[in-house]
Amino acid sequence: MSTGTTKLDVVVSDVVPVNDLVTRFHFRRRDGELLPTFSGGAHVVVEMRDGGRTRLNPYSLMGSPLDTSEYTISVRRDDVGRGGSLFMHRNVRPGLEMVISYPVNLFSLDLRAKKHLMLAGGIGITPFMAQTAQLAAEGGNFELHYTCRTASLGTYADVLRERYDRRIRLYHDDREERIELDRLLSTQPLGTHLYVCGPAGMINWVRDRAAALGWPPETVHFEHFAAPQPGLPFDVTLAVSGKTIRVDEQQSLLEAIEAAGVDPPYLCRGGVCGQCETNVISHDGKFIHNDHWLSEEDHRSGCKIMPCVSRFEGKSLVLER
Amino acid sequence: MGITFRKETFRDDFTFRNSPEHIRRFPFPFHEDAYMYAVNIEPHVVGPKGSVLENLIDVDEHYVAEMQDRALVLAEDPLRCQSLPHMTLAGWDLLELLMEQQSLGYPEHFTLTRDGDRWRWINRPLGIDDTFTFGDTSTLPYGPMEYITRQSQGDFCILDQRDGNLWMDAGMVTTQADWSLDFDIGMNFFEWHAPVPLAHEKGIFIRALKFLTNIQQGKPARRLNWTMTVNPRLDTSPENYHKWGPDRATVTPENVGDKVHLRVELQSFWRLPRSNGIVFPIRCYLIKMDELLTQPKWARRLHRVIRDLPDELANYKGLTRYRPTLVEWLSKLDDGSATSPGFGPD
Repeated sequence: MSTGTTKLDVVVSDVVPVNDLVTRFHFRRRDGELLPTFSGGAHVVVEMRDGGRTRLNPYSLMGSPLDTSEYTISVRRDDVGRGGSLFMHRNVRPGLEMVISYPVNLFSLDLRAKKHLMLAGGIGITPFMAQTAQLAAEGGNFELHYTCRTASLGTYADVLRERYDRRIRLYHDDREERIELDRLLSTQPLGTHLYVCGPAGMINWVRDRAAALGWPPETVHFEHFAAPQPGLPFDVTLAVSGKTIRVDEQQSLLEAIEAAGVDPPYLCRGGVCGQCETNVISHDGKFIHNDHWLSEEDHRSGCKIMPCVSRFEGKSLVLER
Repeated sequence: MGITFRKETFRDDFTFRNSPEHIRRFPFPFHEDAYMYAVNIEPHVVGPKGSVLENLIDVDEHYVAEMQDRALVLAEDPLRCQSLPHMTLAGWDLLELLMEQQSLGYPEHFTLTRDGDRWRWINRPLGIDDTFTFGDTSTLPYGPMEYITRQSQGDFCILDQRDGNLWMDAGMVTTQADWSLDFDIGMNFFEWHAPVPLAHEKGIFIRALKFLTNIQQGKPARRLNWTMTVNPRLDTSPENYHKWGPDRATVTPENVGDKVHLRVELQSFWRLPRSNGIVFPIRCYLIKMDELLTQPKWARRLHRVIRDLPDELANYKGLTRYRPTLVEWLSKLDDGSATSPGFGPD
């Protein structure tokens, strides 16, 4: 199977609708044992057998790291997406046996922080569910600002308010409530670390303002919920495995490579971890690098690509894989 | 059947010896007749029965004596064990890992029972039977890292991962080959490797760091490293250089076999689940030349490796002073015949 991470055989123990868009899924181990311990901010990759095709989507673990009798994830339905979230919503029922990866954390708390300032947008709330649980258990100092479209789409806002009261601040787009970001960022005590998870626009806004206001980059942590972007189909030759394959509009390059029977390493499937980095042997065309791993220099060189999120437009592309 | 623990010393009268079974299980580090750096990292999975890889955390006949030596080192110099304030959670992670692995591998010597957060740990070789609350430091006589690493062979570096780098922010280091936790604590991966010659030019550290920061929970990795030590000392620290440094001048053609030891470190790398840190156990194995020569393949090959070692490396490993004497002695064990592939003895 995959070279990504160690796998866990689980059974879906519960499926709970949370609101119009979000459903929560509970997993337990098939052998009845405890699941591995994890840390706040970790994700698992869920394998979905969708007809003849295997979908692999990463989702943040949102339960308390102190309770490993089950894992919980929340999936926001995306009606125009690539189909993974729709599969989860339509096909996954209690009792279904599934395979998920071991937890991987690419959005870890910095435990040196004197205070953790968290900013969430929409479904970007999920990693903070586990992080706040972890910090609350240790008496850690945190404050969470959460923006959502409407009160009814404020996933777990009620749970968070009940658990943490004034440490949680809510903002609703339909009431035109906005985070007063500059004021928030310029009034934090020294030693505060900033964490942001949400849409790309929000992450960029927060990172830019933090940089402009003098926050050191190592105190600003962010997690993209980046799914691979669709695009024009293209053909790729894999030099080592000697295969020529087509990448469909809705398929990522990594998925196409896997579908061809090649087993490349991966962890995040979102362009941040670096595991699937692949050498480009030759190309005639243009790369659409959507990753956050390679340097600008790497992007310009045309010598490397991250197949989990990046695409290509042009005549020919040969990768080492 | 349990392990028979040896009574022996790593200082003063140096009574350390390997039993014949332990000579055969020694992790000889050279798979060919020459040595150069490589990123020789592989998955840390269970190996053949009877080898040092039979369990992922190895306990052997030197266990009790090594733990006594560690206690002596700490009594003289408590700074060999340090943990920055944000690393306590990682210490609990390490305590869990070592208790689990030791009790799994050696149930006749170690027992861990858990009732929620109430844990009981029995260590029969050291006569310990403690009940404590997991996560509550006040229920242990030491911090969690110090408590468990006073009961585990090898050194332990706990690395915090942040900003795409690894930071040596905690550790128990008493059996090291001439480096110091007190000096390196708080440094990042590139800073603490700065003194290593040749490897920077080869880009080895950049690749190694990428690999290590991607180590996953449930998928530990390992590598072997080696050096040589005169007399079977575990503690060859910079702080005690005045004690062991002069030993290098005492090697003569008559005493090479007894004094000169090959020192092999089995380094493993584990992702810690709660803290998301990495722990880096460095397990030290010593074998004296007289023990090594009982395996003719190893003696032949070691002759060729030491003879042909680049001067920078010989210097870095501190062999320069006695290398000619050692090579001359080993040459008599090398009949020029071919060595078989692989690490093991013939």
